Amino acid sequence: MNSRVSQKIAFTVLFLSALVTILPVLLIIVVIVKNGISAISWEFLTAAPTNGMRSGGIFPAIVGTFYLALGATAISLPLGVMGGIYLSEYSKDNMFTRILKLGIVNLAGVPSIVYGLFGLSLFVIYLKFGVSLISGCLTLAIMELPSIITATQAALHSVPRSFREVSLSLGATKWQTIRHSVLPHALPGIITGAVLSNARITGETAPILFTVAAFYLPHLPSSVLDQVMALPYHLYVISTQIPGISKSTTYGTALVLIVFTLSLNLFGIILRTYLRRQKKW
Amino acid sequence: MKKLKEFIIEKAIFLSGSLSIIFVVLIFVFLVKEGVLFFKYVPPKDFLMGNNWYPLSTPEQFGMLPLILGSLLVTIGSMLISIPLGVACAFYIAEVVNPKFKDILKTGVELLAAIPSVVIGFVGMITLVPWVKSIFNLPTGLTALSGSIMLAFMAMPTIVSIAEDAITAVPRRYKEAALALGATHWQAMYKVIIVAAAPGIFAAVMLGVGRVIGETMAVMMITGNAAVIPHTFLEPVRTLTATIAAEMGESIRGSNHYYALFVVGIILFIITFIINFVADVFLHRIKK
Repeated sequence: MNSRVSQKIAFTVLFLSALVTILPVLLIIVVIVKNGISAISWEFLTAAPTNGMRSGGIFPAIVGTFYLALGATAISLPLGVMGGIYLSEYSKDNMFTRILKLGIVNLAGVPSIVYGLFGLSLFVIYLKFGVSLISGCLTLAIMELPSIITATQAALHSVPRSFREVSLSLGATKWQTIRHSVLPHALPGIITGAVLSNARITGETAPILFTVAAFYLPHLPSSVLDQVMALPYHLYVISTQIPGISKSTTYGTALVLIVFTLSLNLFGIILRTYLRRQKKW
Repeated sequence: MKKLKEFIIEKAIFLSGSLSIIFVVLIFVFLVKEGVLFFKYVPPKDFLMGNNWYPLSTPEQFGMLPLILGSLLVTIGSMLISIPLGVACAFYIAEVVNPKFKDILKTGVELLAAIPSVVIGFVGMITLVPWVKSIFNLPTGLTALSGSIMLAFMAMPTIVSIAEDAITAVPRRYKEAALALGATHWQAMYKVIIVAAAPGIFAAVMLGVGRVIGETMAVMMITGNAAVIPHTFLEPVRTLTATIAAEMGESIRGSNHYYALFVVGIILFIITFIINFVADVFLHRIKK
């Protein structure tokens, strides 16, 4: 066969593969929006579920997810940023750093349900926090840690060496250099990383199953030791365990959830693209 | 004073830096802490090789083989779909597509990763499961096949982005040399670039496998949750992850069943640890 023709065929096949990979995203979004939009109303967003969760709204689940995502990121961001600073600015090319990097890779690869077991064993039982908001936030925070570390490290890495050299040559200490000449330039990249990892944990279900999620709890939490409802778990419950629920309610819940995660993600991705273009050096 | 402040900050940074190792160890320790009691009552051989998982019958039976085979079947099925598709997609993005559309495609792949697994499970339950049921004329569409298809899409973002990095990292001169010798772009791709990128593509596949084995919610919602040894893709299966998620809620704290679920967690932890380790070794090799 002519090599030009075979190239044409091959490229068409590659194009189709890319299409098959991307299309489901659109399809999932379209299906959910089309079926879910009719359920969205002021009441749906601001009322508690009623009638065995078959009617009413999803307000407690929205608030619960909001608290969980915010709490997890608030815990994980400072630790992750410091971890990233250590890796990028302090670590030497030695065995400890190798092990550390392997630790990060593995922490990122631990299955979400195993995080759930770990949270149950450490926070709920051993530290006696019970099934509570704080147990859930801590579990999700540890899950979020590797991606914030990696994002911070990459952001710091992209700040040119010369910035550090100038600052050090002017007599600044190592920490002053990092604090005033490196960190400010890496900040946008760090924020982007935080937004993207926050988006990811917003949709997680398995880690919160045994650590915080309530099946049905029509009021809002009053302390960090309370259970909360969460959107992903609520969607799981109503789509598998509530017979006779109207389709638009489940689709509506799914719609609110993907609007949450996708808008956070799109925001992060756009921010990143914009910042890459802005870079002056 | 300033010195002291700086000393404290640098110690805090070092401590945070070490946290990742500490947490990996902590996870393992706390899984083992709960799981180890199990082997007081059940010999490891019965657990790993037993054919029956009946945690609620009397006498209770904890044979994990059906769960391991369930995970294995779903993983193999999803990889059969996602490896060729994902690698092809990576090549398309890295080598073929007009640079103007490159960012759009990459964003699309990233958004696929951003859809929560419970949403993928829900959409799969409502669309794919009835199709599988009617196409193959089955009593139920909740099968290993349905799970494999949905999981293939969940593995795709990992495979595509890491394979794409590996392809882009191949030195330009390899391709230029091939083109200068008269090869077409496609010939350069499948005879030169893919060979040079192979370790990275292998790592991408490994990480995709890790992603699929650890996936919980979507699998639990689509695969039918029957803890029996599967023979074909058209039967319901139950994976390791789904077993923990589905049964932990109803197990009594301190019972054999409860400990058994922690042991399943330990096994998952060890499997993904090995997979990530191997992938990391291959990725490290490319950087050198």
